[in-house]
Amino acid sequence: MSNSVTATRPAPKRAPFRLGVGKWGLGAYSILALVFLLIPIAYTIVFSFNDVRRTNIVWRGFTFDNWLNICDQPEVCVAFGNSILVGGAATIAATTLGTAMAIALVRYRFKFRAATTLLLFLPMATPEVVLGAGLAAQFLSAGIPKGLLTIIIAHTMFCISFVVVTVRARVASLDPALEEAGRDLYASPGQVFWRITFPLLLPGIIAAALLSFALSFDDFIITNFNSGAAVTFPKYVYTAAARGIPAQANVIASAVFFAAIVLVVVSQLSAAARRKKLAKSG
Amino acid sequence: MASTFAESGADLELVGVSKRFPGFTAIEELDLMIPAGSFFALLGPSGCGKTTTLRLIAGLEDPTSGQILIGGNDVTHVKTYRRPVNTVFQSYALFPHMSIIDNVAFGLKRRKIDNAMGLAHEALRLVELDHLAQRRPASLSGGQQQRVALARAVVNRPALLLLDEPLGALDLKLRRQMQIELKDIQDDVGLTFLHVTHDQEEAMTMADTIAVMNKGRIEQMGAPEELYELPKTAFVANFLGQSNLFSGPVVAGAGDTIVVDVAGRKIATPTERAQRHSGEVTIGVRPEKLTVHAKEPAAKAGVNMLGPGRVNDVSFSGVSTQYQIGIPGVGNIVAFAQNMGFGPAVHDGAEVWVTWNVEHGFGLADDPADLRRFDPDDDTRSIALQQRQRLEAELGKA
Amino acid sequence: MAFGAFAGTPATVTEPAVRRRSPVALFLLLPGAFYLLLFFLVPLFSLILTSLQAPREFGDIGQYDYAFKWENYVTVIETYWPVIIRSFGYAATATFFALIIGYPLAYFIGVKLRRFPLWQALALTLVIAPFFISFLLRTLAWKQIFSDEGVVVGALQALSLMAPGDYITGTPFSVIFGLTYNFIPFMTLPIYTSLERLDLRYVEAGGDLYASPTSTFLRVTVPLSLPGVISGTLLTFIPAAGDYINASRDFLGSTDTVMIGNVIEANFLVLQNFPAAAALSIVLMAAILVLVSIYVRRSGTEDLL
Repeated sequence: MSNSVTATRPAPKRAPFRLGVGKWGLGAYSILALVFLLIPIAYTIVFSFNDVRRTNIVWRGFTFDNWLNICDQPEVCVAFGNSILVGGAATIAATTLGTAMAIALVRYRFKFRAATTLLLFLPMATPEVVLGAGLAAQFLSAGIPKGLLTIIIAHTMFCISFVVVTVRARVASLDPALEEAGRDLYASPGQVFWRITFPLLLPGIIAAALLSFALSFDDFIITNFNSGAAVTFPKYVYTAAARGIPAQANVIASAVFFAAIVLVVVSQLSAAARRKKLAKSG
Repeated sequence: MASTFAESGADLELVGVSKRFPGFTAIEELDLMIPAGSFFALLGPSGCGKTTTLRLIAGLEDPTSGQILIGGNDVTHVKTYRRPVNTVFQSYALFPHMSIIDNVAFGLKRRKIDNAMGLAHEALRLVELDHLAQRRPASLSGGQQQRVALARAVVNRPALLLLDEPLGALDLKLRRQMQIELKDIQDDVGLTFLHVTHDQEEAMTMADTIAVMNKGRIEQMGAPEELYELPKTAFVANFLGQSNLFSGPVVAGAGDTIVVDVAGRKIATPTERAQRHSGEVTIGVRPEKLTVHAKEPAAKAGVNMLGPGRVNDVSFSGVSTQYQIGIPGVGNIVAFAQNMGFGPAVHDGAEVWVTWNVEHGFGLADDPADLRRFDPDDDTRSIALQQRQRLEAELGKA
Repeated sequence: MAFGAFAGTPATVTEPAVRRRSPVALFLLLPGAFYLLLFFLVPLFSLILTSLQAPREFGDIGQYDYAFKWENYVTVIETYWPVIIRSFGYAATATFFALIIGYPLAYFIGVKLRRFPLWQALALTLVIAPFFISFLLRTLAWKQIFSDEGVVVGALQALSLMAPGDYITGTPFSVIFGLTYNFIPFMTLPIYTSLERLDLRYVEAGGDLYASPTSTFLRVTVPLSLPGVISGTLLTFIPAAGDYINASRDFLGSTDTVMIGNVIEANFLVLQNFPAAAALSIVLMAAILVLVSIYVRRSGTEDLL
């Protein structure tokens, strides 16, 4: 990445800096990088429409069959259902525990503050194999049978830290005067929380919950160590990889992808619309 | 108490209130009585304890010791949300997720008062913003937000309305306009207003009574004219406007005046306007009470004279001219002169004398030994500047 | 966007002046802290204990007793040191390439697209799009694209850039390629977050003070985006070093590309040699902590965490 220094200093009103390689170099590079990111996604989606014979490796023609008969491969459907269940349960648990911790960390003084911060940071800095193996060793020595419950426990554990980081930023940007104003205006502590604090934290909490769900839904490594016989969607893909993935797996992955994209686009459009409305009325 | 509207403002009384935070004392043994229906200003530099006082009254902080009474009832340990007190916050603290009308009706709804919406609209009409009732706070200008915050507090008809530097965020012109509006609203609704500010001009134009606070204590309290004309401490003399202060021993104290020896010159001050009548004292006079003479005037009874001195600086500000005059042995003094003619009467470097009527002088309660020599330009702004420099020095060290 | 959480976020996190002491704090804090204690910290200790276990005398495979057999560490390091070196080598290389791809991309989205909010939002959505589709399926897609019958190998062979018998999958190249690909979003997002907040007036000031565009970039933009670069490299390097999907035989790897994660998985889940798996996990974690703390200290941003 070299910058050209040959250009004379641009006029002050225009962007006064420029990554060289010509005017379009950076843009072209970035677009190529984005395309690179999208290649396997496109591949996965395209092969969800493949008219499969035995394995879904070679393109044999376009069909909607896989989309219409998702549960022709019952294991795929079961695995998907398990993933939704695990993701939902872990998200609820991690979001509740993490949000409470984020509020405590920003708003209160207590002993062991540094220790708590470290305890929250370490799981994010620990490789997943270590997290997975540690929990598995623990369940093994405690004699707890592995299954959906142990997966939920594991996922909740690694999601908490991400929830705290996400919600904490939101709590910190919340003006304490707003809650004081609530108290001043005759709201009891409970009313202050539910009518002022919670609605103002909600965008952060929702973001944290979505992040948790995404992390849980796509986790394989920790799941693999703690699942026993239970099968989640990523685990199904992993075990099926050796003998070939059915197109139904591509269908489910593609459907989840479209749902997530729609969610993101809708939320960004509505945020943009709100900004525009605000700008107009202001 | 909080479940009904206050009929009118109520007396507020603080009895021996102290507030200590870990590491420093914000308020020390504060006694204060604010009569019902008055517009009271707490004035002082930042960090003097005025905002803490306000927060104690609102119930947002608990006092370390002492009692707070509203309308004779002890509310020291009453929770914020049960106190008949409302606050207009410095940042306004409008709820960003609610419309303007929901903001204003919030307090009424919490108290389950009938026709909350109707009353809220009425309050918005009072501040002339009813047409914006459905908007969100973020779409309003600073001045409009300030008025909404005022309506949101006033609509509850609190016994006591607390204003925490609510005009601080506004520009000068809007601020003047809001000062007038606030005063009108107070006249209309007849509540007791307690206004915290560091802006002396704002306090002087709006309040019936001003308490000047410094380092957690009230230095002096009284009507604006009284505080200005007869400051009792050096802090008040310099925080409210400017003053020329002189220190020296009292050499004659009989009768109506005390006479102080200031570097060999005899300066008389009315006995009744002096706080101390013997020993080392500090006396002062306001710069606009001084008359500047280009020739030595004849000595007259009832007039103090200093000079000759030299004009160090002349700054012309339209309405008046400010002269800095260095007088050997006394130091720099400041004189304001109305521009009765065209332009300054004397120029830089000229030899001058200053005189003032004995009756305009005042004597301070401070012991001159404790008093650092205040520079004549020691007003709010330079206090703030000094504070900032001190802070920066500390930060630089750390 | 939640992924802002990945960057060190000093600018938005303003700590209030006065924090209160209150029993409410414990009520809020304890459940979560207790959970992490029970399911993160205790397992780490039980991993340490497991790593010191010895096989049970006359026991079956997978039966171990608590002992203080620190020789386990000597054994795994002696046996697997090439794997350990390889893992960190692959992770470092992948981190480097992810930075080469991610930084310009983040700069383009965060700075150049700033005046076009809709395009910026779209580009950002594309960066995080890989998160929305299964990690494993993405990796499998590359495997199939690079497979011996696939487009890439065919094209390269047609152009005589590859000998007929050569292959891509199962080579170190394909494993590093997969690691790089999978962690580009983790690299890009934190850098984007710090560049997006970059006040362009600093850059203008650089130009104003006679710095050429290159030296403005190197002396102003890069230092200001450093917190993002550090978060990004950590978020890439740590999981990459422990990853075992890309290097797995069924995905982009082969027996020649085994990484430490594969060894841990095999020992734990297949061979049931729990002490070896645990000892390797501890070695991995310790090595990462040492490397990360040196890295963070040398880059001078300890407050990042």
